[in-house]
Amino acid sequence: MDRITARFCINWPGFSFDLDLSLPGRGVTAIFGQSGSGKTTLLRCIAGLERAQKGFLSFNGDVWQNDRIFLPVHKRPLGYVFQEASLFPHLSVLGNLRYGLTRSKVEQKVSLDQAVELLGIGHLLERKSERLSGGERQRVGIARALAVSPRILLMDEPLASLDLTRKQEILPYLERLRDELEIPVLYVTHSPDEVGRLANYLVALESGTVVAQGLLTETLARLDLKISLGEKRGVVLDGVIAERDETWHLERVVFPGGSLWMRDRGSPLGCHVRVRVPSGGISLSLVQQEESSILNMLPGEVEAIGDDDHPANSLVRVRIGESVLLARITKRSAAALSLKPGLPVWAQIKSVVVA
Amino acid sequence: MQLNDSDIQAIWLTVRLASVVTTILLVVGTPIAWWLARTRSRWKGPLGATVALPLVLPPSVLGFYLLLAMGPNGPVGKLTRALGIEALPFTFWGLVLASVFYSLPFMVQPLQNAFETIGDRPLEVAATLRASPLDTFFTVALPMALPGYFTASILTFAHTVGEFGVVLMIGGNIPGVTRVASVQIYDHVEALEYSQAHRLAAVMLIFSFLVLLILYAWRPNSRKG
Repeated sequence: MDRITARFCINWPGFSFDLDLSLPGRGVTAIFGQSGSGKTTLLRCIAGLERAQKGFLSFNGDVWQNDRIFLPVHKRPLGYVFQEASLFPHLSVLGNLRYGLTRSKVEQKVSLDQAVELLGIGHLLERKSERLSGGERQRVGIARALAVSPRILLMDEPLASLDLTRKQEILPYLERLRDELEIPVLYVTHSPDEVGRLANYLVALESGTVVAQGLLTETLARLDLKISLGEKRGVVLDGVIAERDETWHLERVVFPGGSLWMRDRGSPLGCHVRVRVPSGGISLSLVQQEESSILNMLPGEVEAIGDDDHPANSLVRVRIGESVLLARITKRSAAALSLKPGLPVWAQIKSVVVA
Repeated sequence: MQLNDSDIQAIWLTVRLASVVTTILLVVGTPIAWWLARTRSRWKGPLGATVALPLVLPPSVLGFYLLLAMGPNGPVGKLTRALGIEALPFTFWGLVLASVFYSLPFMVQPLQNAFETIGDRPLEVAATLRASPLDTFFTVALPMALPGYFTASILTFAHTVGEFGVVLMIGGNIPGVTRVASVQIYDHVEALEYSQAHRLAAVMLIFSFLVLLILYAWRPNSRKG
């Protein structure tokens, strides 16, 4: 089984950091945390840009760092995307893309053409890198990192320096990366939206320690999750578009255990889609409401009840077949309905968004 | 306006000296500037101060010490004798060695500045793109520091052309060997040949102005990533 095993211990003045991680060797792992949580430092340690006083790092069985070995950055088979694209100003776009390509001695798993096509930068190749917009620059930066045919891609908040429009411009490319490349991606971010949209696996950091790690769908559904997400609290469901209602412009997403109607976005039937169900958009009822505007009502069973950030609220975990939802309701309502584990309920879902 | 043969000889010697010194300093100054720009060592301060000394030291003081060092009993003198080379004082190469020290800060400081401006990031990017540190230096740091190299070379060349005190201490006044333009002007004035002095001085003035004009007007935009 491909895995990344990382143990780092750092004691710098004003910053300490003690991590022991075992990350999956495939899919997108989001390293999530607020600034100062050590997420960028972790990524830099993995890349070898930072050297932890005590550390162990192995990638799919190859040791990159232990007490005796410290593989220099340029010998690690990785690709790195920095927060600012950091293109070389003295080279054209093509020159930037070729820089790593000509130095990479491994078999080309990702060809330059493929990277260019994947990021949609074919029309920019002859340009000077300073004549690109922020979003274009970041796409070139990602393509440049891919062109070395890395065995793992490290991304340090690749969207953080971009405005909302640019973010929306790049996110689809990142999704394509995730779906079309077979290399693991470590994705550092402080944005719950990006986590929900891209990640398969989640590592949450706080002040240099791991507060949660696991499969994203499972981790987000945990009641004891120690990360504060506020209004972003909710679960994600991976589903498939199964049906289209032309009359009302709706499409039905089937996930393990149920299905949800949502606005038609024109995706073809059978297309994979990830939806986010915010906890604040779910209400619970003991009986099925007959006359209601709410489109999505799913029968389920209360699995557990936990505390939310605010003392007035409870988070209720409701099992819907093989999936779970988290509903944020007031403690008063929970008491009025006498909610307890095992009780059958109807989850009324007011809002579903495509992650 | 006519320059006589010895004036032209002095100008030619000056240009030759400045070119040789600039070339040597490009090679010697680069690693020093790189080290100063990148190091976190506690020796950064002392070495930086040593490099900057010629900026504040009277040229005669520098020349005096260099003369002692190159003399028969100085460390450099002993070395040259052991190697079977003639003593350096009052030779062209003695002048070169002295000028290298004298002009060192004019090469090192602009380069150090240029390297510091690049910052860590482009070098880190190069490393993640499989470039070894040496490769990174030649393919990223050097091209990005080109404006700095331009400034440093011009300043070094011009400063060497203008040196006087150190030349007198080390080289004296031997036509065709150590009599550079600034010394030649001094000679003209001493001999009350004011019109000769005028011509040569005008050449130097125009040269200096042109150098500064190039530096200010044609300077490549310092580009930032």
